[in-house]
Amino acid sequence: MTTHKTELKTATKKRAPRKAATTSTKAQKDSSKTPRKKPTVLITGAAGALAQQVINRLRKTYQIVAVDFREQTFLSDDIACYKLDFNKRVFEDLFKTYKFDSVIHLGRIQSSEETRLRRYNANVLGTQKLMDLSHKYGIRHVIILSTYHVYGADAYNPALIDEEAPLKAAELTQDLVDSVELENLANIYLWKFPDLNITILRPCNIVGPGVKNTIARLLSSSYPPCLLGFSPMMQFIHIDDMADAIELAHKKFHRGVYNVAPNDWVAFQDALELSGCTPLPVPSIPPMLPRLIARILNLKSFPAYLVNYFKYPVVIDGRDFEKAFGFKAKRPLKEIFRSYRDLKGK
Amino acid sequence: MKLKSYLKRMFVSEELEQKVNRIEKPLGSLGYDPWGFNTDTNKIALSLFSGIYNKYFRVETHGIENVPDSGPVLIVANHSGQLPIDGTLVAYALANRKHAPRSPRAMIERFFPTVPFVGNVLNQMGAVLGDPTNCAKMLENGEAVIVFPEGIRGSGKLYKDRYQLQRFGSGFVRLAMDHNTPIVPVGVVGCEETIPAIADIKPLAKLLGIPYVPVALPVVFPAKVHLCFGKPIYFDNQDLTEEQIVRRVEKVKKSINDLIAKGLELREAIF
Repeated sequence: MTTHKTELKTATKKRAPRKAATTSTKAQKDSSKTPRKKPTVLITGAAGALAQQVINRLRKTYQIVAVDFREQTFLSDDIACYKLDFNKRVFEDLFKTYKFDSVIHLGRIQSSEETRLRRYNANVLGTQKLMDLSHKYGIRHVIILSTYHVYGADAYNPALIDEEAPLKAAELTQDLVDSVELENLANIYLWKFPDLNITILRPCNIVGPGVKNTIARLLSSSYPPCLLGFSPMMQFIHIDDMADAIELAHKKFHRGVYNVAPNDWVAFQDALELSGCTPLPVPSIPPMLPRLIARILNLKSFPAYLVNYFKYPVVIDGRDFEKAFGFKAKRPLKEIFRSYRDLKGK
Repeated sequence: MKLKSYLKRMFVSEELEQKVNRIEKPLGSLGYDPWGFNTDTNKIALSLFSGIYNKYFRVETHGIENVPDSGPVLIVANHSGQLPIDGTLVAYALANRKHAPRSPRAMIERFFPTVPFVGNVLNQMGAVLGDPTNCAKMLENGEAVIVFPEGIRGSGKLYKDRYQLQRFGSGFVRLAMDHNTPIVPVGVVGCEETIPAIADIKPLAKLLGIPYVPVALPVVFPAKVHLCFGKPIYFDNQDLTEEQIVRRVEKVKKSINDLIAKGLELREAIF
């Protein structure tokens, strides 16, 4: 296994920028003689389980370049992996070195990780840099992974929230400001630079093997905390289905914002029970009490700013994505929860 | 879920199980719909509510066949009685209708989802947060939706104002027009007498963050209830001004007033 470190300066000198290369007739003639080179995809968040699933699906037909700014990953000999900060100048060298055809941006720091400032720098400013570079180097398709958390967990949420619904998360908690800002920024680029063909995906709870987000930690836990008297409706998508959804989004050019969720729903406490958990009830009134308890416990699986998501439903409507991309989730809820139950040996 | 399975085994008869299963409902693989309706909770609630409906309130229905057998419909009624008993009685009546039973969805006050246990149980029984988006999506799903356009103005009114319709919101007429949906007016008589309130402690309600705190006896009286269903009202989908919409609202309000008068006439005694 080889990994490419961040020393890209010499490589960039040897390679011509994309536009120059495409205008060369000689190069076109040469390429007609030699076997056609695979299109190149930049995938961010390479250390995450989802990115690795996506890479496995695309590696046969695409040349993959994987990047993560958190940790160095080792995937395989044919995949270039980098540990890079998007805000550093060296990140541009990647675009100069490789002629990316598309970008799949999955490298969003979750709200349970890092400080607010670092998250803002990475998620908002880092994404802005990524989109600026994508525009500069003529990338034709950018996929950005967002989250359903941007809608905010509010007592007055209707069910089956459309993509047009206001993003209320920032109003409800400061810790989700970066997620909403990232979306706003992506939306600006979506309309300002239509050639980028930006597709923003807002998935429901992604769960399954290797997933380490808040909800996956809860389902994995034997005694997860839950709010007494509240069991909001939730949606879950298996990591394999989500990787399929990203693969489809990458295959078809439909710019816009799409919710990604299967047409299946379950009450939160039923999900915990089906996953073999024994929920530990946390007092839910007055509203500040569970937040205070969550702060004291300081659990990654029960962060204070997500308390409302365990109280009020945020049920999204994923039908537009299904229609536009021909997507259908294959893994049923029972199967998802059974795998968590099996892990607990129940 | 264990408690639900136990209650289902204890209270839900085979006959009720089959009856409810015959009602078509778009549900997910675990028996839920997006608004939290759960088929098992609904069956348990119908079983437990049978005695309250038949023996306690001795409900009589009139013209229930006016509710269409299928397709979207807005069932619009007067609201009364401090608690959402009226909505539950209308829903039970339709779920137990001999011909073409339906499992309607009652739109409830925005306050309920914030109350522990109550919000979830109501949702699982079929109640839905009173929001235009919810109503529109349910009509698209072909559901029968129970609406109380008076909202808390109706349910929280005092006994001295009984059977006086409060101001109606106009959203339900717009939804009916947008979704080509008939409106079935309903006059509910009897619920005003279940929890008669003589005053509302507004400062306490404000402090507790709830719509009202009625001064009433802590008892639900066994008043006899009449549910009078009127003929469906159809409104075409024209581009109307708010004033013209309000005229349509007044037409529905008048029908409900007439149905209340009919119910009061039919009622021989309060209890």
